[in-house]
Amino acid sequence: MSKTDALSHEADRGGPRQPLILARNLKKHFPVRSGLFNRQTATVHAVDDLSFEVRKGETLGIVGESGCGKSTTARLLIGLMELDDGSIIFDGDILGSDISLKDMRRSVQMVFQDSYASLNPRLTISDTIAFGPKVQGLSDPKDRARHLMARVGLDPNRFAHRYPHELSGGQRQRVNIARALAMSPRLVILDEAVSALDKSVEAQVLNLLTDLRVEFGLTYIFISHDLNVVRYISDRVLVMYLGEVVEIGPVDAIYAKQAHPYTASLFAAMPSMDPDNRTQEPPLAGDPPNPIDPPPGCRFHTRCRFAEHVCRDKRPALAAFGDDPDHLAACHLRDPSSGHSLAGKEIAA
Amino acid sequence: MSKAPLLQIENLHVRFKSDRTVHAINGLNLHLQEGEMLALLGESGSGKSVTLKTLLRLLPPKRTEIDGTVQVNGTDIMTLSGTRLSAYRGGDVSMVFQEPALALDPVYTIGDQIAETVMRHKSVGRAEARQVALDMLTRVRIPSPERRLKNYPHEMSGGMRQRAMIALALASRPKLLLADEPTTALDATVQIQILLLLRELQREFGMSIIFVTHDIGVAVEISDRVAVMYAGNIVESGSTRDIIKDARHPYTRGLLAANLHGVDRGRRLDTIAGSPPSLETKPDACSFAPRCTEARPQCLRALPPFFAPSPGRQVACNLEEGYSPASHGLTAAPAIAC
Amino acid sequence: MASAISPLAASSPSGTTVTAPKTRSYWSNVLRRFLKDRIAVACAVILLLLILAAIFAPWLDLADPYRGSMIKRLRPIGTEGLPLGSDEQGRDMLARLIYGGRLTLLIGLLPVVFAFFIATVLGVAAGYAGGWVNTVIMRTVDVFFAFPSVLLAIAISGALGAGIVNSLVSLTIVFIPPITRVAESVTSSVRSLDYIDAARASGGNALTIVRVHVLGNVLGPIFVYATSLTSVCMILAAGLSFLGIGVKPPEPEWGLMLNTLRTAIYVNPIVAALPGVMIFITSLCLNLLSDGLRSAMNVKD
Repeated sequence: MSKTDALSHEADRGGPRQPLILARNLKKHFPVRSGLFNRQTATVHAVDDLSFEVRKGETLGIVGESGCGKSTTARLLIGLMELDDGSIIFDGDILGSDISLKDMRRSVQMVFQDSYASLNPRLTISDTIAFGPKVQGLSDPKDRARHLMARVGLDPNRFAHRYPHELSGGQRQRVNIARALAMSPRLVILDEAVSALDKSVEAQVLNLLTDLRVEFGLTYIFISHDLNVVRYISDRVLVMYLGEVVEIGPVDAIYAKQAHPYTASLFAAMPSMDPDNRTQEPPLAGDPPNPIDPPPGCRFHTRCRFAEHVCRDKRPALAAFGDDPDHLAACHLRDPSSGHSLAGKEIAA
Repeated sequence: MSKAPLLQIENLHVRFKSDRTVHAINGLNLHLQEGEMLALLGESGSGKSVTLKTLLRLLPPKRTEIDGTVQVNGTDIMTLSGTRLSAYRGGDVSMVFQEPALALDPVYTIGDQIAETVMRHKSVGRAEARQVALDMLTRVRIPSPERRLKNYPHEMSGGMRQRAMIALALASRPKLLLADEPTTALDATVQIQILLLLRELQREFGMSIIFVTHDIGVAVEISDRVAVMYAGNIVESGSTRDIIKDARHPYTRGLLAANLHGVDRGRRLDTIAGSPPSLETKPDACSFAPRCTEARPQCLRALPPFFAPSPGRQVACNLEEGYSPASHGLTAAPAIAC
Repeated sequence: MASAISPLAASSPSGTTVTAPKTRSYWSNVLRRFLKDRIAVACAVILLLLILAAIFAPWLDLADPYRGSMIKRLRPIGTEGLPLGSDEQGRDMLARLIYGGRLTLLIGLLPVVFAFFIATVLGVAAGYAGGWVNTVIMRTVDVFFAFPSVLLAIAISGALGAGIVNSLVSLTIVFIPPITRVAESVTSSVRSLDYIDAARASGGNALTIVRVHVLGNVLGPIFVYATSLTSVCMILAAGLSFLGIGVKPPEPEWGLMLNTLRTAIYVNPIVAALPGVMIFITSLCLNLLSDGLRSAMNVKD
């Protein structure tokens, strides 16, 4: 296994300090239409004013509940959905002006959650993997496919001519990973890629992902709802709530101390794994609200136990929390000038 | 004297016949006391859902062969049919499904569905049944229950629907509640609410619960006892504390490691190699042996017997052969002398 | 001891579940399942015999289907030299039924074949492209849907005038809308699957994706649906001839024969019913065959 430094990738132009992806004020709204004349009656704020960066060679974990916009974000980054507003800058190149979507697609690939729906049932495994290289005009797509199958742990002689339904879930997900790698991407978005797998298989795939990252010099965006898995694989974590970033920072910092009450609730909702010390009180009541016409101000204020007037009136900005300039949270509690009665005080969120 | 168990499964075998045979359950023994919370833990294809469906006699009779006895409250449920079967289903035993959106009838209101169940099983009038429905919605902590009675399932959020499903299942006051991954489709913050609700309701109603899950964290949160299933049989069972703190079977240990709770970042994960057997043939040796790093020659020759390393524990693994063999099947409660 | 076994266990990360002896392609699976379905196979055999008989009719040593005889009119079945009797002009029924199969099957099947190709293009385009392309195609199709198919066929045929070609054209137009609708709905459900997104993310253009990923998954269902329409088409074609706006006499065609023989229903009911029996058998076989195909192609695992 040759160790390639993620930062010395052949296509790397901006240098190690240039973020691989800079997402600025991404916005994606979906109209909800109903009634006799199909009029727009509401708006789903799937992603709203979302800004973050993905650094070269890192794994950025994205966590949040259903409807928080994780998957929409992934689809925006890979160009499967069009942005309503905002810009994506890939290694210094603005998508749409400096770099075309077609060119970026070669560098950004995705692995989907549903290993079965993401494979064409009528194509053999090797045809599926070879499809991308073939349309991009890369040399020897079949050889490439066989090589990658071997690399993800599927013997090409046994599996090349099989069909997806003849494989187990873990094997199918290996195929999906091989297909993503076939394009020699720099960024791989893993959208709940291990969530549907059995735990014992999940661990195998996580090990594989860790190896591949080093070997191919990859950067990952790892979307998941499982905080244990995110902690294991990520360098930094981004927490989303109703289409917005509520907290972002290094894994260890956030897992040690959560700045945002929502992040804290997510952590408190994790199973305790201690039969003598089980969870006694649910951290949040009710379901995550619908992203249709979200509440004003801080979107979490409807469920937050620290909510005050200011939270309803003013949208908090992302600001550094504690002494780590990398650890940001969007909460009035953490901004001494916000006017929140507990602002700036040392309280556990 | 210890009471006769509420549920007694002896040597259960379930086979599915179609183009090919699948040996889904292979000699399962399980006892459950009244008021006990048992988590049936296993991965896909381990037979945990099939066990639940057998208990409710929901498997298609034409394509299924079932051997062994299943007794609930002293009745052999395999002999039930007609009205007695429908009285049993939803009366003595009821079930909560993974997808309430699919399990609830979309064309009736929540109130109507609960009232209908109550009228069927308790022979009471409509007005009284509606009262029970309202009471049930209150008990599952649904806010503004009067209004919710008139809601259709699609008008509720995922967590609320699962609460309504639980209310429906408990409306006829069953002795045994079967829960088939009821929190898997829910968000984490909602999952913990439902788990705590089930725990409270169990205390209130005193029924027994079999909670099927693939998530060891969920099992710890809800259960008194855990039975780990693999390839159609229980490989280890014991109190939740014992299973977490002192797992004996290599498969259980592998599952615990794969949960990643408290694993250091970047450290290579210990994995269970391979994947579960296809069960096209009936296992005649330890089903886990081909994936086991500690397998011995005898593991590949014959089925491992159950050993009892401590009271209330059962482990089907030859590594435990120093301990006394377990007497019969899996007793739910430790054999307390009295 | 233990270590002697463990490497074996650890050596195959990809698992041991795959015990299927050899890998079968989708279509060989379909064929295997289809051959197990006795009714469908029997129907296929009957249809095949009918088609072969129709094709090779001139070599079958039959009587001339056009030459009548005033003395031998409406003979019953089993008359010497006339195994299936004769019609109202004394023509040999056996010969006319077999020759009639040529036209009947032709105008019963060809419109569906034409419609299948045209509608697949329209439906796949509408389903894959979505948006205004979908709106334009599907709303146009809806206009045709507003009329009952029999009425539409009669109206178009009536406007174009009688004749085989005009029948073919009108029936093709009748069958484009339903097949387009099915093609569109199957395509848009495939379109929403992740593997299409994955292919788009690989940079494939729309035509390549449709060719490689969409067609293989939609042609089957569309084809099955189209086969189920052939029986309707046969009956419609026969109906047009029956009404006198399809095939013109003296051509042998089942629908037309049924029409001209209907006056003889009280004289020789069995012979008069024979063309109807042929239509019935053929359309029943086509229906059962398409059912068989549908279940054979419904391979999930």
